[in-house]
Amino acid sequence: MLRYLLRRLGLIILTVLAASLIIFAITQFLPGDVARLIVGQFATEQAVENVRVELGLDKPIHIQYLNWLGGFVTGDWGQSLTSRVPVRPLVFDRLWNSSWLAFLALLFYVPLGIFLGVLAALRRDKPSDSVITAFGMTFAGIPEFVTGLVLISVFAFGFKWLPANSSIAPGATFWEALPQLILPAITVSLVSLGYITRMTRASTVKVMDADYTRAAYLKGLPRYQVLLKHVLRNSLLPTVTVIFMGIGWLIGGLIVTEQVFGYPGLGRLIVGAVQKQDLPLIQASSMVVVTVFAISNLIADLLYVVLNPRIRLQ
Amino acid sequence: MDQEQPPPITKPSRFKRAADVWGRVRRHPPTVIGLAIVVFFLLMAVFGPVIAPYKFSDQIATARLQGPSWEHWFGTDQFGRDVMSRLLWGARDIFLVAGFGTALAVLAGATLGLISGYAGRWVDEGVMRFLDVLLSLPPLLLAMVLLGSVGPSRFNIIIVVGVLYVPMVARVVRSVVLDIKTREFVEAAKLRGERGSYIMSREILPNALPALAVESSMRFSYAIFLVASLGFLGLGVQPPAPDWGLMVNEARSWFDQAPWMLFFPAGAIAFLIVGVGFLSDGMRRILWPTGVSE
Amino acid sequence: MSTRIDPEISPDAGLAAADQAVLEIEDVDIVYRTSGGPLHTVRDVSLRIARGESYGLVGESGSGKTTLARGAVRFLPSNGSVTKGRVRLSGTDLLGASQNEMRKLWGARIGMVHQDPSAAVNPAMRVGNQLDEMGRTHLGMSKAQARVKSLEMLNRVGMPDPEAVVERYAHQLSGGMLQRVLIASALTTDPELLIMDEPTTALDVTTEAVILDLVQELLGSVRHAVLFITHNLGVVARVCDTVGVMYAGEVVEEGPVKTVFKQPLHPYTVGLLGAVPRLTAGKADLELVAIPGFIPRPDALPPGCIFAPRCPMVIDECRAARPQLVDVGPGQRSSCIRWVDVPEEAERPRPVRDTSGESFSGYGRELLEVRDLKKYFKGRGAGKGRSAAVKAVDGISARVTEGFTLGIVGESGCGKTTFIRCVSGLEEPTAGEVLLQGNKLAPSVTDRPYDALKKIQMVFQNPDVSLNPQRTVGDIIARPVQQLGAVPKAEVPQRVAELLQAVHLPQAYAARLPQELSGGEKQRVAIARAFAAEPALVICDEPISSLDVSVQASLLNLLAELQRSAGTSYVFVSHDLAAVRHISDWIAVVYLGRLWEVGPTARIFEPPLHPYTEALLSAIPIADPEIERERVRLTGSVPSAVNIPSGCRFHTRCPRKIGDICEREEPPWRDGKKDHSICCHIPLAELAASQRHALDGMYGSADAVGSAAPAPADTGVGDAEGSSTGSDTGAEVGPDTGAEAGSGRGGS
Repeated sequence: MLRYLLRRLGLIILTVLAASLIIFAITQFLPGDVARLIVGQFATEQAVENVRVELGLDKPIHIQYLNWLGGFVTGDWGQSLTSRVPVRPLVFDRLWNSSWLAFLALLFYVPLGIFLGVLAALRRDKPSDSVITAFGMTFAGIPEFVTGLVLISVFAFGFKWLPANSSIAPGATFWEALPQLILPAITVSLVSLGYITRMTRASTVKVMDADYTRAAYLKGLPRYQVLLKHVLRNSLLPTVTVIFMGIGWLIGGLIVTEQVFGYPGLGRLIVGAVQKQDLPLIQASSMVVVTVFAISNLIADLLYVVLNPRIRLQ
Repeated sequence: MDQEQPPPITKPSRFKRAADVWGRVRRHPPTVIGLAIVVFFLLMAVFGPVIAPYKFSDQIATARLQGPSWEHWFGTDQFGRDVMSRLLWGARDIFLVAGFGTALAVLAGATLGLISGYAGRWVDEGVMRFLDVLLSLPPLLLAMVLLGSVGPSRFNIIIVVGVLYVPMVARVVRSVVLDIKTREFVEAAKLRGERGSYIMSREILPNALPALAVESSMRFSYAIFLVASLGFLGLGVQPPAPDWGLMVNEARSWFDQAPWMLFFPAGAIAFLIVGVGFLSDGMRRILWPTGVSE
Repeated sequence: MSTRIDPEISPDAGLAAADQAVLEIEDVDIVYRTSGGPLHTVRDVSLRIARGESYGLVGESGSGKTTLARGAVRFLPSNGSVTKGRVRLSGTDLLGASQNEMRKLWGARIGMVHQDPSAAVNPAMRVGNQLDEMGRTHLGMSKAQARVKSLEMLNRVGMPDPEAVVERYAHQLSGGMLQRVLIASALTTDPELLIMDEPTTALDVTTEAVILDLVQELLGSVRHAVLFITHNLGVVARVCDTVGVMYAGEVVEEGPVKTVFKQPLHPYTVGLLGAVPRLTAGKADLELVAIPGFIPRPDALPPGCIFAPRCPMVIDECRAARPQLVDVGPGQRSSCIRWVDVPEEAERPRPVRDTSGESFSGYGRELLEVRDLKKYFKGRGAGKGRSAAVKAVDGISARVTEGFTLGIVGESGCGKTTFIRCVSGLEEPTAGEVLLQGNKLAPSVTDRPYDALKKIQMVFQNPDVSLNPQRTVGDIIARPVQQLGAVPKAEVPQRVAELLQAVHLPQAYAARLPQELSGGEKQRVAIARAFAAEPALVICDEPISSLDVSVQASLLNLLAELQRSAGTSYVFVSHDLAAVRHISDWIAVVYLGRLWEVGPTARIFEPPLHPYTEALLSAIPIADPEIERERVRLTGSVPSAVNIPSGCRFHTRCPRKIGDICEREEPPWRDGKKDHSICCHIPLAELAASQRHALDGMYGSADAVGSAAPAPADTGVGDAEGSSTGSDTGAEVGPDTGAEAGSGRGGS
């Protein structure tokens, strides 16, 4: 078990390293000269060259990569080219905001998705199943910017219940920010909600068809007992994995949603950085996202092992 | 190679299968709806620019921000451009960009998956580890960073969509190949000395096609999703192109004055993706009922 | 009739007490609603099972036996329903009961044992907790009481170490142990009716024997009514009192097991019994009686008698009206209007093969030689350099000569399939060589020249996956004709037509896709494909085990026929000793990657036997209820091929283990008469002496081998066959791993 854990951990580190290589390589194609951007349009060639040397941009590309990676690992993430502030606090501040939103969304769509998925499976091929399945597929297919804008027009502009803009003030507490979080949280949830519903339904249907479920019914067990002890125990196992694997979707959803609502999260930071071609900011925030994603995949793997006696007891 | 076999009775048999498939499609309403939506938008993509009353960039200075009317069914935008005409022109764009992107991903992914799955051993190991690395980056992030670096031309978007979805397609194809490869008709082919290329193309691929078709249709819906999202973020096709996502983005600033600018493109995007999704799900039910999703 | 019968009344009333019926099924129809219209899967079935009676319901796949049982206890899929008739459990009307009432009957008064034990146990729940559910739900027990009851039940089904077993998960138990768990679970509430649906089909023959012993023992002590569903006539003969034969959704014959097996009065029953290969005779002596055609689909039933299209006794009246079951003897009923004319066994024409007209010369030349073949697979999840090798094949040598069949038998996991895959080159052996006509073959099939490929072809186990579903039958056969046969393109269709004819398929089938064929027809196509380029050797990997009995017989006949006409050699691998007995000239017995006994077929079936062969033989359920056999049973399951037991690898399960020597030393090869060799520490004479009486009646009929018991082993079938398989012409098999094995045999 411990050996498995260490192996997975090693693999994750390797994956993040490889991803860092890709990010670094891609960002090399960014147009413009970083040194020139820093010193400004009217600086002398000499000044540009000085900055270049200072930043190590005169060195061969692989040395530059190692320097950058070393800097990232030791916490030296450089300065934003556009706003001239240190990158690290900025990224962590925004990451914190994003995780609020993500947490709220998870709290909403995971239980609801599982509930709807199981319900649909239990009512298989009946009208309620068709409705749930159709809604799940519809939600999963509508991009966040469409749902977000519809929600805004209905609940913010129409009923005026909730604010349309979610640019929460710095230092606001969770409760103060909550009204502003609700619409974006729902927006970011819907795609994942459809997805979780669908996957839960699929795995539950499969388990309900399994011989051991039939055997449990024929043992004369009450329906709820068959459901809780025999069906759900097996059918939610893949769902756990799906939830954590789906974090990648959630991240994509957050990027778009934060843009729709003007929410000061990591996603919006990245969009701005890419638009302004702020190299250190792009690199650092991408690395943070990749790390978060890798960790959630690791958790998915581990949970699957822990919850599955077949693998756990090998 | 095997055309010399006179197949007179084969054809009815295949026809029968096609008729059978249509019969099953007909009995499943969501699939019919999906098919209808996709066909509608496809016709729009093919004939849209022909039937559009205006060109997508035509600015009518006298008719800015006008609501839906007989003249402009879907209203006009802040430059006085006809929203319906822009939608009609944009349909072709989204089909071309998402379509070619998907085609690229499917071609490359299927080839990689087929070779990787069939060859096994170190080839498989190498290819899969490489694809794992690509998968370790959330798709939208990778797309943004890539496009931010190489610039958001149509061609680049197609390449980015392709690169992004290669790993998913390759994985699905590989898993199907791994399954088919152990079937005994493949072993029988080996026993009569068929080459690897023949076995892959003639014995395995035809049996992997249903899975590939389902996967492609699903990828296509994701590709539209992605292209539209990129357009919305301003990282897709640049103005004044009639990109639907971009139209939604531009419309946001004019929402209180001209909500039609937003609703029509947003609705088009949602309908198209959901339609493709329904169709893809129907294809899965019919062509590949045993397959696992994702 | 309508009042519930108190189960305490006269517990000793035997099966004769017909009014004590526990399960009564009257005129039941079961219909499935499908997209293609309703399917009448079960029609007009009536049966009754009395207290203490064990009723065997036999039929081939698609006969509706499982549907009937499920329908009777109201457990059909949502699209199925009982549309007509009555079902009563000790007087309680089951068809009128609500779902809730049924739920109270399931488990409490109706026990169920399912087909595949490894799928019927919840993988995420400890076995003990699953057992406890029975006591807690139906007997109102507390957790602790239920556990005590569970342990008691496990003890009762002979489970070793129940305290440990209750803490296990399904994947940690073998199939045999899981089936014990399920039987224990079903018996916890002491139900009136116990339904066993193919309870041993998923198990190995030796495990099956142990489970059947258990069932028999339990049936002797508990007075349940048992409905035992199976496709295997031998199993019915062993554990049932009454048998009902189902065909295409109807019961065609019913009666006491002893009567029906001795004097079946429906041609279908006669056909089923005749289709089973005997342990007493091989392909040289008799042809199996195959039933032509296949079971009609419920939506395409023939008019009149449903068996008429396949019946050898059919007359015009049969097609006129649907016959009813009529009483034809004491307790026996048949739905054949010509039951009076069904011949008795002695009068039945036995298609003894006439060999006089055939003359094939060319026996004797050596075709294939395998020397000390080994195949180790890398162990899974080893890590840390602890590479645990799975020794699937660990030193097997064999020879096959032209025109002969080498049969390889053993339980699943013994390495027989790996062995032939190495011979065919689909797996690369770890060590050892394969020689074809004296030329060494490349280990991998991809490196073998066309000339070598052409000579070795295979027929696989499952015809559903051995034919490319996207190709027509014509394409499937044409490709090897062209690829290996070097036939000019213009002549390919001609050759395909010949091959179709050779496997008795209509020419029109060339245009069909595999999905449009039945299982047996698909296997015929696979055989035609193997014979496309006139191979010298065809390797058959369990070619009939996925097919129904009546189809099996026709395929065995086809293989024998093709061998006679083309002089092809076979390596025939199967777990079914009777089938191997039928088709083989030589037999090799495999266990844990090694050979233990080799010899001419007749010798394998008479003493001396290797203890493992003896156990295999003893385990086979024989379709003759009159036979009482000595039971030689193996305990436990086949050890993992990763940790192979020391000394003799069979010592952990050997019923004739003689002591430490078995654990310490590898046994020597001992040569008996006529190229018969056994690898065992026990001298052959001693083995033979102890096995003589044990084998009395082993084979079902006393005429052939049974007589070999007191007499010297040279009589009986052995002699008859000796003339054709003289010592220098047959295939020879041997281990060649130790010096002792080589020394004993002169020969080629």
